[in-house]
Amino acid sequence: MSTVISPSSADTLEQRFRNALPGGIDEATLRTVDEESEWLEVTRGTVQPVHSSFDSGAMVTVWADGGTGIAATSDLSESGLRAALDQATHWARATAAQAIAVAPPGLDHSGSYASPRERSWDELALADRIELLRSVEAQLTVDDRIADTQASLGRRDVRSLLISSAGGQIEQTFNFVYPMLVATAASGNDAQTRTYGRGSYCGQGGIEVLDRYGFRNAAPQIGAEAVALLEAPNCPTGTMDIVVAPDQMILQIHESIGHPLELDRILGDERNYAGTSFVTPDMFGSFQYGSELLNVTFDPTVAGQLATYAFDDDGTPATRHHLIQDGVLVRPLGSATSHARSGIAGVANARACSWNRPPIDRMANLNIEPGESTVDELVAGVEHGVFMHTNNSWSIDDSRNKFQFGCELGQVIRNGELAETVRNPGYRGISRNFWRNLSGVGNNDSFAVMGTPNCGKGELNQVIGTGHASPVCRFSAVEVFGADA
Amino acid sequence: MIDQQYFDELVTLATSRLTGDEVVLISAHTETTDFARFNNARVRQAGSVDQTTIELDLIEGQRHTEATLQLSGDAASDNARVERTLERLREQRHAVPDDPYLIINTEPTSTHHVGEDQLPDRQAALAAITEGAGDKDLVGIYTAGGMASAFANSLGQRNWFETSTFNFDWTFYLRADKAVKNSYAGFEWDDAAFDRKLTDADAKLQALARDPIDLAPGEYAAYLTPAALEEVVGLLTWSSFGARAQHTSQSALLRLLGGQGELDPSIRMTEDTANGVAPNFQEQGFMRPDQVVMIDQGQAGDALVSPRSAVEFDLSPNGAAGDESPQSFAIDGGDLDADAALGELGTGLYVGNLWYTNFSDRPACRVTGMTRFATFWVEGGEIVAPVNVMRFDDTVYNMLGSHLRGLTSEPEFVFDNSTYGQRSSASVRLPGALLDSMRFTL
Repeated sequence: MSTVISPSSADTLEQRFRNALPGGIDEATLRTVDEESEWLEVTRGTVQPVHSSFDSGAMVTVWADGGTGIAATSDLSESGLRAALDQATHWARATAAQAIAVAPPGLDHSGSYASPRERSWDELALADRIELLRSVEAQLTVDDRIADTQASLGRRDVRSLLISSAGGQIEQTFNFVYPMLVATAASGNDAQTRTYGRGSYCGQGGIEVLDRYGFRNAAPQIGAEAVALLEAPNCPTGTMDIVVAPDQMILQIHESIGHPLELDRILGDERNYAGTSFVTPDMFGSFQYGSELLNVTFDPTVAGQLATYAFDDDGTPATRHHLIQDGVLVRPLGSATSHARSGIAGVANARACSWNRPPIDRMANLNIEPGESTVDELVAGVEHGVFMHTNNSWSIDDSRNKFQFGCELGQVIRNGELAETVRNPGYRGISRNFWRNLSGVGNNDSFAVMGTPNCGKGELNQVIGTGHASPVCRFSAVEVFGADA
Repeated sequence: MIDQQYFDELVTLATSRLTGDEVVLISAHTETTDFARFNNARVRQAGSVDQTTIELDLIEGQRHTEATLQLSGDAASDNARVERTLERLREQRHAVPDDPYLIINTEPTSTHHVGEDQLPDRQAALAAITEGAGDKDLVGIYTAGGMASAFANSLGQRNWFETSTFNFDWTFYLRADKAVKNSYAGFEWDDAAFDRKLTDADAKLQALARDPIDLAPGEYAAYLTPAALEEVVGLLTWSSFGARAQHTSQSALLRLLGGQGELDPSIRMTEDTANGVAPNFQEQGFMRPDQVVMIDQGQAGDALVSPRSAVEFDLSPNGAAGDESPQSFAIDGGDLDADAALGELGTGLYVGNLWYTNFSDRPACRVTGMTRFATFWVEGGEIVAPVNVMRFDDTVYNMLGSHLRGLTSEPEFVFDNSTYGQRSSASVRLPGALLDSMRFTL
């Protein structure tokens, strides 16, 4: 971890925490986060300033007299932790009478996790990492009409430590890699942009993450497709079947399954900001969310996926669960706290973006399980439709019903065969109707493990990464449109 | 949070550790934030956050590297962190090429602003909120505390901008998604002003009790409150006014810039630093002018130009940060009396809030999003019924161009309630907008 901040060992932090614990409280936890990151970028042929980040801090939570108080501090000395614990104790007692009661977690178990990493980031020297990016970025410019290019590479190394006054101690280390490519082709007052999965080809691991989806060789096709889009006709308009690639499916899962299943939304916590949900507590166990082809799992065990972990930020052990099985809604994305508030069993999804924000119900890895069909079979089943690739626009109402998504690139499907490329493909619908029209699910050959690195939610606001995996899927009778419709 | 003396001493230390012809730029954000989150008028989460980050840019010639560093507030620890960060940046610098777009402010201007701390007592504010909620279903968040932005360099420039603000952002819910959104923010809590906000919200809540109606997709006349208009123009502020976006065909105002799109001649959009609450310097120490006119009489005006874009595109920097987004965005008011807006609307939609806007066709500046909270069907200038959520999909050239009937005369000032990473010091000042028609699709 960081050689700049030199974080203290787990044992040292635990000792300071225990020394600083105030008397008369029910329980307290210390959650520290140390993070070091590096961001490299080449834009329009120019290496942008290398940016590093060194962060370290702690959130203490105190349960006392029926209330819960929080204090976040970057001072991890014993006196700093003592001040934070006193502050949190004050908050717990000051708000106890008006608080939504949350029982102490009783965290008394221990465990650890570390990202699987085959090749350290430092195998490539900084100069070599920059040279790699310069080389890849240069390959985006395949035509004079390429007006803007960007290649970037980010890495974050994070250590989190959770210690409880009840005896528990959990230590997890994560290594994240975020590659990205962007090419914009322009002509007159028109422009089209194509990307490397709009940032979704990210994951845990080392430098080998770059090879999972061919980062080193992806640029020429991205540049060529941006130019092709400039010349392409608009997406057709009408009600038709669509086949959806994984780099669009991940947003469809995220917005119209993930967010509505977050139990804190269902309980109303997010109504002032991120929104509520059309899902109500009585739906679990019976509601037909989608067609019987739809199987959705909360799976924090997928090696290398963006939100894989062994414990959530409340210390709950993380295990795989079906949220939707054969199309029926069975389980929410609800943490232990939300479970206690609602009586509905959930998953280990209490997550915080850093030490300065408290855990809330979040997606982690939320995946659609593979089906039986090949991509050729999915396409062959469409008489007239569009194959949608790579999200570039997303919008959905606060109850997660009426959505509209735009994609970077479409391919017309005519009589079961792929035809011409079209620009500005978009589609809209209502969540439950859309998922009930799921008419085909791709097999393992088209299954892609990806992520969305920037999901915003919460008050205080938080951005966090979520993992999504999906095969290619097909939906029937969807309202499709292009730019002029 | 740290104070100015602490920051100055760190800068002095950093300057003393420079070698050769090195120059260091240091910017800072520091805050102490109390927060209380409410659901059903009860406290869901409450606490405090104390944090300070500095950004260091270590330069020699045209080569430089940057780092963000969290401070602990302990001088010995922070001095060591700064020293190690400088060493790391110096080491990295050997691996990077010259940066052709690096520019340092050659007209250093030091400034100092410390606003008076008039914040309410923590307990008093929470009591006012829970008492104000009464038996209503209130959900929202209260944040308050001091925060400061700072800049310094080894050439002697010093800037410090400190304020103490509160922001209570809340919603009264009637049932399901029928709710009234409001906010109360500022420097000094005024019970009477808060009561007026509560009363106004309560009146709208009564109107929401009527049976809602579903509207068929189509075109409807609409009045967008300042809060609703903010969701539309907020998209533009992300990516469209910056020089970089405009010179690389990324701006959604591409057609306006190219003379193929038009806004109404009454539209004047500015980065209005003089009337905002953000610092008048950016993170590299360049000063922000009082005002940058980005749209004037419906025509494209000046772009927001960061120092890097100034060099890359041969322009003059005008105080924009690296992301070239406005911090104190304003649209001038028009001739419409806000109290007469419903009467002027006649029959159509009163849109209290929009939500989740995004571009459905960026080059065409076409935006989609949802109605949210208090949106009503209006007939004869009177509210008839709440409207269930609708999706709109229309171009800014229509909404603020050919379909714009008028803007209200008194723009509203709104503190940005964003707390991503840290509390925001941005703001907007916007009028309401009356539209002859607006396109709804779902």
